Amino acid sequence: MASTQLPPDIPTRGPAKPGPYVISGLLLAIAVVFPLLVPMYARSTPRLGGLPFFYWYQMLWVPIDAALIGVCYALMSREDRRRRQILRHPDPGTSDDGGPRDNAADDGSDSGSDSGAAEGGEAR
Amino acid sequence: MKPVDGVALTVVVVLFVLVGVLGFYAARWRGGGKEGLHTLDEWGLGGRKFGSWITWFLLGGDLYTAYTFVAVPAAMWATGAVSGFFAVPYTVVLYPIVFLLMSRLWSVSHRHGFVTTADFVGGRYGSRTLTLAVAVTGIVATMPYIALQLVGIKSVLTVLGVGSGENWLLNDLPLIIAFVVLAAYTYTSGLRAPAMIAVVKDVLIYLAVLVAIIYLPGKFGGWDHIFGAAEVKLGAVNAATGKPAGSVIPGAASFSAYWTLALGSALALFMYPHSVTGVLASKSRNTIRKNAALLPLYSLMLGFLALLGYVAIAAGTKPKELNGTINPQLVVPQLFLDNFPSWFAGIALGAIAIGALVPAAIMSIAAANLFTRNIYRDIFRPNASPRQEAKVSKLVSLAVKFGALVFVIAMDQSAAINMQLLGGIWILQTFPAIVAGLYTRWFHRWALFAGWAAGIIYGTVAAYSVLNPVTKAHFGGSIAAIPGTNVQVYIAIVAFALNIVVAVLLTLILRVLKAPAGRDLTRNSDYGADENDPKVRKVAQDLPTEPIA
Repeated sequence: MASTQLPPDIPTRGPAKPGPYVISGLLLAIAVVFPLLVPMYARSTPRLGGLPFFYWYQMLWVPIDAALIGVCYALMSREDRRRRQILRHPDPGTSDDGGPRDNAADDGSDSGSDSGAAEGGEAR
Repeated sequence: MKPVDGVALTVVVVLFVLVGVLGFYAARWRGGGKEGLHTLDEWGLGGRKFGSWITWFLLGGDLYTAYTFVAVPAAMWATGAVSGFFAVPYTVVLYPIVFLLMSRLWSVSHRHGFVTTADFVGGRYGSRTLTLAVAVTGIVATMPYIALQLVGIKSVLTVLGVGSGENWLLNDLPLIIAFVVLAAYTYTSGLRAPAMIAVVKDVLIYLAVLVAIIYLPGKFGGWDHIFGAAEVKLGAVNAATGKPAGSVIPGAASFSAYWTLALGSALALFMYPHSVTGVLASKSRNTIRKNAALLPLYSLMLGFLALLGYVAIAAGTKPKELNGTINPQLVVPQLFLDNFPSWFAGIALGAIAIGALVPAAIMSIAAANLFTRNIYRDIFRPNASPRQEAKVSKLVSLAVKFGALVFVIAMDQSAAINMQLLGGIWILQTFPAIVAGLYTRWFHRWALFAGWAAGIIYGTVAAYSVLNPVTKAHFGGSIAAIPGTNVQVYIAIVAFALNIVVAVLLTLILRVLKAPAGRDLTRNSDYGADENDPKVRKVAQDLPTEPIA
């Protein structure tokens, strides 16, 4: 690897829209702060099936957190796809439209062989 | 002396053998490309090709360790909510943090072929001192953690009545055999072994906890009765301290301890080398994000497991060592053995014991990678080939496990527990260098180093000064008052705050002095790169394109 000069930075994503990031940030903040507000839940009533409030309330936040993070995941992967799409099709008219193929691969670049094929030569 | 439960022991041994076979077989699992398992990417990161499912099992097995399964209910049984149930909010607030940070770490690491967090810090700040500080902290914090996995296995063996031999060798022989097998298959199969075993282990542990949480509360009079029994036991005044042993609902005085323990532990967990190894082994940037939404299922299981500590109080479980002394850490294995048919108890106990093997393997791989990359290569052999790196890492993984074994056999268990407590405080001090670096180059490398040093020194001194209320021994816990106040908090959080203050102030000063900032190898685009982007592919170009699972 050349050690004198770094190659120019080639962006892999277009500019971000603030919306999805702000919403996700907010949801994540809720997911961190609420389970830590001890004075809010350090009591034994109301009970649920015999479990004191303190216990079932904290365990309730497990699925709530999972759901909040799930929403963030959906928002972020959509925004991420859009930002990559912009670089491939710089025309703003088509950039928001992911096209049927991208929608089909909806649950993530985990299955990403298709986007890889698309990206092959067009990334710059 | 306890009688040995033959059926349960047989089930545990059969499970162990099965897992051992799997461990060796894993070397051939989706083969290792043309280099075989002779690169760190292959041996130490499983080819960087794990998809969502395998990552879920691998990280689940990695983060929720056998020691957690043993220690959390033990803490509930002995002292109640504050030292036990905080594990639930801890493993809840963990995942938003993982979601936020780990995708960026994945991206930059895959662009540059980083294998450890210290690799990243080195690439970002161009400071060998800071890199070394992060690497050494990681290794030192991981060692006692591995030792505690052995404590987990030991508690299972003790409950089964194994290890009552007269001489120490016979006493520890089962533990030594288990660890030799573990060391051997980790050596041959690398990260693929724990990934495969984690699937078996997690299925067993979910089964055991699910059955226990459905069946046991009814058997012991329902949750109302169980919590009543817990209140009576925990509220009883301890003769030595003149205070109750603990509480079911924490009082106002321990609110700050409770949430700082949860937050501090959550911030620290993904600074541990073994967590990062699990993240970097995943195949895409989104794998880890998706897992942040799916991994909380383990936290629910942990919550129920914690409650089994109270169930054991109502059930009158007696967690006795072979010599008759009370050891709270035996409470969950004993509860299973007392209340289930031997074969099912065997499955549950086997799941706990196997649960020790998964994290122990990953931890030793992670510590070995840190040593190889950031000590062997950075300091002694800058031109080490990938083959040499893999060779060194494999050998070091053996040494690390051997060290942990000696730790547990030769020293008091409390030494490992104290070291683990310190390790948690120490590892959090690498957070500013690693995490700030993911977002900004504002901090100065020397300021980060000074902050790290300040945090480590304060944390160590503060932890040493905590006296056990009964025995008056040092390292009596991880809670202390914020200096100058009465507010009891997790020591790591105060050390962390001090760390950041020092880092910010010194950065301001060093910027005014125009101290050299060091070379940054990373580029903005690196932090958003995904699996099919340019250069990311290059890291793994010789590896099989087929994803694992």
